[in-house]
Amino acid sequence: MDVLLDALAYLRDADSWTGQGGMLELLVQQLLVTVTALAAAMLVGLPVALWLGHLGRGGFLAINISNVGRAVPTFALLAIFVAGDAWAWTGGAFPGTGTVGPYGRAGISTLVALALFALPPLITNAYVAVREVPPEVRESARGMGMSGWQQFRRAELPLALPLVMSGVRLALVQVWATATIAALVAGPGLGRVITDGFFRTDYGKGIAGAIVVAAVALVLEVLAAAVQRWLDPVRRAARTGERAVSPEVSTLEPAAREGG
Amino acid sequence: MTLLAQADDGPSCYGRLTNEWLCWDYVVDYRPEIVEATTQHVAITIVSVLFGLALSFPLALLARRLPRLESTVLGVSTGLYTVPSLALFPLLVPFTGLSATTVVIGLGLYALTVLVRAILEGLRAVPEEVRESARGLGYGDGRLLLRVELPLAVPVVMAGLRVATVSTVALTTVGSLVAYGGLGNLIAEGVQSNFRAQLLTAAVLCVALAVLLDVVIVAAQRVLTPWTRTAG
Repeated sequence: MDVLLDALAYLRDADSWTGQGGMLELLVQQLLVTVTALAAAMLVGLPVALWLGHLGRGGFLAINISNVGRAVPTFALLAIFVAGDAWAWTGGAFPGTGTVGPYGRAGISTLVALALFALPPLITNAYVAVREVPPEVRESARGMGMSGWQQFRRAELPLALPLVMSGVRLALVQVWATATIAALVAGPGLGRVITDGFFRTDYGKGIAGAIVVAAVALVLEVLAAAVQRWLDPVRRAARTGERAVSPEVSTLEPAAREGG
Repeated sequence: MTLLAQADDGPSCYGRLTNEWLCWDYVVDYRPEIVEATTQHVAITIVSVLFGLALSFPLALLARRLPRLESTVLGVSTGLYTVPSLALFPLLVPFTGLSATTVVIGLGLYALTVLVRAILEGLRAVPEEVRESARGLGYGDGRLLLRVELPLAVPVVMAGLRVATVSTVALTTVGSLVAYGGLGNLIAEGVQSNFRAQLLTAAVLCVALAVLLDVVIVAAQRVLTPWTRTAG
């Protein structure tokens, strides 16, 4: 168990955290990459999935496409993105290994790969969330003379929100954990601590990196769960004294994480 | 994908100067290496999923028996999920070394998360009146589970198995960290030597493999649940 003691020693050492390439810098870098990638995936995936759910059409296709997306290893995507000068033809618009802003080396490649990786859980959960709104709610909304957009905006969306959020929560934790893979192509983030420790057979360091990544993942999970509770329409109604309908929505399976 | 085989006397599409993404010559010349990597990939994936399955059945049954344990089982398996794959391997190496075992244990634990949930949900989906009828016919616990509950849970369990298998195929590539990543080894090599044909070929094979295994599982499900096909 010396390895674990080495890991603790590495975690206790202030030098591991500070300075250029220290764990703090890498942690912030990975958080930035994770949040940006997730936001991009939400902007692209959620509107499409929610609206398809509202129409009740094309969902089968959307869900199947996102399942195929699960089969694409993130490692392979990253590898293709950073293959030397592969993107010369974009005139530098897509810097394979370039450093852009605060995202570190190959940051943009990592962002794109992770955003693609986040799409399947987001799309699946959002689509199912809208489909699971009880039909009588939809009927009532229509009976009150609401237009399609109003039905969606005032009845379906608020009721679907908890399940949409659990998709976001899942994607957040998975993107954070998968971001470590960027280190395999010398990208940004804490994965570097793990691979470094590994290639120098300094397993204590590798395990220390793993512990930090897992700890932050747990913190993200707890924070996301708190936000999700706060957004729950039933609870909000209880807070503001309105009446609300509560659909008995069960949370979906955690979609499996692919990485690689 | 249409790959144009080069004429024999022409320059090859991979090499110091030409570095094409699609290159049939690469596939021809490196065939033994590709076959070996693919075989390793398939083996690691299947063994990992089976390992996860073997662990998740007793866990799910235990969680069902003792409701107090259920949240613990689900909590621990979800907690495992927050540990990134890349991190799991260094954690295991001091115990299992740089071996395929390390990769299989790591991936099996990931598959477990999805599978335990799927099995629990599948068993829950069995209607109570079906259980009652079976008990009325004199079925004991064991026979009830094997002959009634598990067969009826197959569709839900299989859905979980599909997700677990497809993800495991993708995750296996990360095993290249300990030199047992199947096609991931080719990808890692391709990154280091900037060998585009090898990169893309390995990536495409990964996806093809995932789709193929998915199809196999769906076919197996149809065979296992003949009653679902006669629903008229």
